[in-house]
Amino acid sequence: MGHDNPLVTWKALGLTFNLSNIMMLTITCIVVFLIAILATRNLQLKPTGMQNFFEWVMDFVKGIIKSNMDWKTGGRFHILGITLILFLFVANVLGLPFALVINGELWWKSPTADPMITMSLAAMVIVLTHYYGVKVKGMGGYSKDYLKPLPFLLPLNIVSEFASTITLGLRLYGNIYAGEVLIALIAGLGTSSFIGLIAAVFPGVAWMGFSIFVGGIQSFIFVMLTMVYMSNKVSMD
Amino acid sequence: MFLDTFHLLAANAADAGFLEKLNTDKLNLGDVIVTVVLFLILLVLLKKFAWGPLMGVMDQRAEMIANEIEQAEKSRIESKAMLEEQRQLLKDAQADAQAIVESAREQGENQREEIVKAARNEVARLKEAAQLEIASEREKAVQAVREEFVSLSVLAASKVLGKEVSEEDNRALIEETIAKAGDAK
Repeated sequence: MGHDNPLVTWKALGLTFNLSNIMMLTITCIVVFLIAILATRNLQLKPTGMQNFFEWVMDFVKGIIKSNMDWKTGGRFHILGITLILFLFVANVLGLPFALVINGELWWKSPTADPMITMSLAAMVIVLTHYYGVKVKGMGGYSKDYLKPLPFLLPLNIVSEFASTITLGLRLYGNIYAGEVLIALIAGLGTSSFIGLIAAVFPGVAWMGFSIFVGGIQSFIFVMLTMVYMSNKVSMD
Repeated sequence: MFLDTFHLLAANAADAGFLEKLNTDKLNLGDVIVTVVLFLILLVLLKKFAWGPLMGVMDQRAEMIANEIEQAEKSRIESKAMLEEQRQLLKDAQADAQAIVESAREQGENQREEIVKAARNEVARLKEAAQLEIASEREKAVQAVREEFVSLSVLAASKVLGKEVSEEDNRALIEETIAKAGDAK
């Protein structure tokens, strides 16, 4: 919301980095990694506590994959799905507790509130679907899919590949960014005056709770759509 | 801003220095690389340190459950066979007991019959012996009476005749007479 981003340009390669994004992505990765590592220490046949939760997550993602393709072809995406859903959930809720602005530059936010990041993830997923499409069906089978169900739909099929990339990325970005904007607005109301603080408490809490829900739902949808696109590419029908 | 970038991309695609322009217009290509690289690193690390072991444990558990079920099935069949065996044994034992009781009864019957027969024989033997004895006693008694009678008769006759009749001479005669008298009776 009008904040600048801490940009750094690496002139030699012609690449610009948003340091805030890099920091938040790193934090997200560390958080997910630590949670996963702590939960899977001391694994037992009779699961307890966090192991139960993570086994539930695994079964949940397994359910998502199974609802799209048979497990024999879909099993290889299991790890991708689990990592993706946890990464996205943590990324989505990371910006909720506060936003950190230093010298007019926004440092602490959800990494998924940045379109570059969501689009990168979406593009990565779509590239993976094409890769596995070729790998599973071979170049011939993969190419023939563009002529289905009827040959003259070829342009639409090509457009839909780009459309699905953009929708996949922008849906996530829009949801999380909108959530952060609203939180920032409510926070602005809360800091404006004493009455504003009282007025902001209830909607603030409600919206934070809803944002956690949205974060969960959006990470679920992202993984779900990943598997849908994946099954479009790899399923033999 | 993001969609603006796409317009820009479409308009300036042919330009030289296109990449730098893209970067300065907030399409941070560095972020793309960082995002993908970090995500892939996370994926690999988690696969190695978290998901791999967790999946291993889950597979192990599934295997263990399958084994347990198999084991239970096996022991169920085993116990069923054992039960059948026990039932068979019990049946055999019952049949054996029945046979033993039957044979004992038969033996008892035989023994009883034997004893009765032996007793009956004994009785018959004793009876016969008794009869023989009685007969011989009677014979003896008759003999004695007869002898007494003869001597009395001789005595009486000698008294009557006044004359000594020698016993030795007349005994045969008298005995004959008595035998005759006995027969006449």
